[in-house]
Amino acid sequence: MLTETDLQAIWLTVRLAALTTFILFFIGTPIAWWLARTRSWWKGPCGAVVALPLVLPPSVLGFYLLLAMGPNGPVGQLTQSLGLGTLPFTFWGLVVASVFYSLPFMVQPLQNAFEAIGERPLEVAATLRASPFDTFFSVVLPLAKPGFFTAGILSFAHTVGEFGVVLMIGGNIPGVTRVASVQIYDHVEAMEYADAHRLSAVMLAFSFAVLLSMYLRRNQPRKEA
Amino acid sequence: MESVEARFKLDWPGFALDFDLKLPGRGVTALFGHSGSGKTTLLRCIAGLERPAQGRFVFKGSIWQDGNTWLPTHQRPIGYVFQEASLFPHLSVLDNLRYGQKRSGGANRVSLDTAIELLGIGHLLERKPDSLSGGERQRVGIARALAVGPEILLMDEPLAALDLKRKQEILPYLERLHDELDIPVIYVSHSPDEVARLADHIVAMDGGRVVAHGPLGETLARLDLPIRLGEDAGVVLDATIGEIDAQWHLARVDFPGGSLWTRDHELPVGRKVRVRVLARDVSLTLDDPGRSSIQNVHPAVVEAVADDDHPANRLVRVTLGESRLLSRLTRRAVDQLGIVPGLPVRVQVKSVALME
Repeated sequence: MLTETDLQAIWLTVRLAALTTFILFFIGTPIAWWLARTRSWWKGPCGAVVALPLVLPPSVLGFYLLLAMGPNGPVGQLTQSLGLGTLPFTFWGLVVASVFYSLPFMVQPLQNAFEAIGERPLEVAATLRASPFDTFFSVVLPLAKPGFFTAGILSFAHTVGEFGVVLMIGGNIPGVTRVASVQIYDHVEAMEYADAHRLSAVMLAFSFAVLLSMYLRRNQPRKEA
Repeated sequence: MESVEARFKLDWPGFALDFDLKLPGRGVTALFGHSGSGKTTLLRCIAGLERPAQGRFVFKGSIWQDGNTWLPTHQRPIGYVFQEASLFPHLSVLDNLRYGQKRSGGANRVSLDTAIELLGIGHLLERKPDSLSGGERQRVGIARALAVGPEILLMDEPLAALDLKRKQEILPYLERLHDELDIPVIYVSHSPDEVARLADHIVAMDGGRVVAHGPLGETLARLDLPIRLGEDAGVVLDATIGEIDAQWHLARVDFPGGSLWTRDHELPVGRKVRVRVLARDVSLTLDDPGRSSIQNVHPAVVEAVADDDHPANRLVRVTLGESRLLSRLTRRAVDQLGIVPGLPVRVQVKSVALME
């Protein structure tokens, strides 16, 4: 059925998406928490920056990241001085780019979940001797669990579907940066429609399954106290 | 050192709080006023949930707020009961109760078990909050606040979100707290009935300021109380059950200077009770009423006469020995009977509400 290179591309894609989602939990949670709680003027501009990848053409995002991470860009100079070389056309370059690309898909569901919790449970926790830090782990995290679920799924799925950014940052190196969507593109370029079909069907089934799991969960009757 | 010193100044758009008062270090102090009078905001300032720019709060010698000193809410030895029970939906009743208890360290003045027993929630411990009735939830909320072993209990209209039936279900528990807790309680309410039943002291607020304060009995007997109580104007007397008349299902409650017959609530002789006598249930006669359906008739002396809310009415305060009653009369009756301070009269009390 699927060729060796197809499987390699799928495995790479899964690794990339899983790692990106994992990193995003740590980066996205504080950003979402800050956005949900702050009354600062900066909330608007910061929210807009986080949401940018939603509307920006991936090639634009990829282009700027390529410049930043390239040998003459600020990120590139940093990584070079740390002896890590440059990130473009490496797996880690893809991870960094994916984190930016999928950031809104992590932050926005979390921000909504945090905002839905409201002020009251936090105040209650404070009157019950819980420090703000303690409150976050003992009250906010459990109450925002559905939000974390949604954010994780969306970030993972969105990273799987990445194409433009990958081409700009990673190129098309088998086993390193050739993810499933790029592989499909290659198949089509080479007129291998049957191969493209198979891989596309896998992607289609995956995307549908992901969304189905989310919608089934969302439709469960929710109880409130 | 036993007192609670509170001074807060807050200036928000459309609302200002200006409070400066020493609150009693024991008993139940009712913060009473209409909505928007600032009582909840004051309670939140005490809890540290609001941070007024200017404020000083000293609780029995320890400073919670003064100048740059600021104790965050989670470090204040308070128990706080919100208007809605606000239980954590992800925790069982028992885990809700334990949440604060295990974070409050050792020296619990009211242990978890006592709190569970006081509020009668032993049978609910394994349940989730969403399976409880409104009244049960609020009882758990109160028990949760007590389980931290607070040095002061702050209650923000704990009955306001409940219907009459649920209120009646919880009030006896609150009365038990009043009898059994030795920590001061600050109880926010806009209900004269709750205040009459539960409070020892009253702080009446209006427009973010204190307009009257003092011991409950004394304050309610004031004729110049700036808070309009309307139909709820009346006094509260501390009394004891003096006699039971089993044949007629009546009980006599004795208070300094007199006694009243009321429906028997099956309380033993000698039990201390609180009776509430509303001004509208008290009338005055100059002569012996003779045969009358009103059997609570006592000699009294008019002490003061004042205007009431409605121009047709006047409020008359009379003394029976050491105790005072208020009577609502029409202005015409006051005029025609020549009721002036010093006049000996007879008071007829039509009904008495007995509170345990």
